[in-house]
Amino acid sequence: MNLCCFRRTKTNRDRGSFFIFTPIKMVKGRQGERIRLYVRGTVLGYKRSKVNQYPNTSLVQIEGVNTKEEVAWYAGKKLAYIYKAKVKKDGSHYRCIWGKVTRPHGNSGIVRAKFKSNLPPKSMGARVRVFMYPSNI
Amino acid sequence: MAPTKERAPRVSRNPDLIRGIGKFSKSQMYHKKGIWAIKAKNGGVFPRHDPKPKPETAAEKPPKFYPADDVKKPLRNKHKPKQTKLRASITPGTVLILLAGRFKGKRVVFLKQLPSGLLLVTGPFKINGVPLRRVNQAYVIGTSTKVDISGVNVDNLDDKYFSKEAPKKKSKGEGEFFESDKEEKKALPQQKKDDQKTVDAALIKAIESVPDLKTYLGARFSLKAGVKPHELVF
Repeated sequence: MNLCCFRRTKTNRDRGSFFIFTPIKMVKGRQGERIRLYVRGTVLGYKRSKVNQYPNTSLVQIEGVNTKEEVAWYAGKKLAYIYKAKVKKDGSHYRCIWGKVTRPHGNSGIVRAKFKSNLPPKSMGARVRVFMYPSNI
Repeated sequence: MAPTKERAPRVSRNPDLIRGIGKFSKSQMYHKKGIWAIKAKNGGVFPRHDPKPKPETAAEKPPKFYPADDVKKPLRNKHKPKQTKLRASITPGTVLILLAGRFKGKRVVFLKQLPSGLLLVTGPFKINGVPLRRVNQAYVIGTSTKVDISGVNVDNLDDKYFSKEAPKKKSKGEGEFFESDKEEKKALPQQKKDDQKTVDAALIKAIESVPDLKTYLGARFSLKAGVKPHELVF
């Protein structure tokens, strides 16, 4: 399940560090304990009205979150949409779009999220990882 | 300036009715300040002192070279950020869960907050392979488990200890550009290994005195099926 591991490297500026994503097979000698430090989420689509959609904000359903009050814990948490591509970039077939949870959407635990670049339409229905950082516990 | 003496704090003679509007008018203030008394003492004129003669400075030659345009330089920013505020759940000796990076999921002991705001943390190395390391507070969960850290001395560790060595200046040999990159990782200096051992020695004793704490620190944290982090109590 956990095919890949994230490596987040810091540049000199603490904010705006860039993230490298390496699949675990690339890192030699590690068996890879199956650790999941993220909550699974599904991309439902873009923020929209009946007839117009606004692709700069996506709607995400987080597993196990069913009310607006429960979403408060997730506000500001980082999200990653991971997808595969044929061309290797930075030594990996896997690519990532980072984003964060911005606010709840409605009363039933759906969440609005903004990504660094808008999610592609093929992401609808796809998996998104909701991390537990930046943490406040 | 004259040396500072103990002064009573200045109280304004003109209290504010609202910000920007004083209680007394200009003529009333003239009377309150006693300008009339000072003038009377000085023969009807407010006393005036001529400025002290400045000491003679040598005549400055105009500079040989000056730039063609008068370009304004931006003011220097002397703003120093404050140390990040530590969460109440994180106190020295707390067991933390690392959420990202090479050691994600590892449970680790918090030692102290460094002047840069980062948290100094150690595995201990023998227990879970996490060395003395710096970690940002945002990537950490503070648990309610505490370890007795009184026997540990971390005073000599600060941000400078963790800074990268300045890269040596490359010689200008053309063919040597690629070779110099292959020096790769330098071996860990013995001093750092010794620091790790001294810090961990006292810690491990404290850890072993608590039942199960050693295996707890050796195990990694993971979310399982059906576990909701917003309902977990750490």
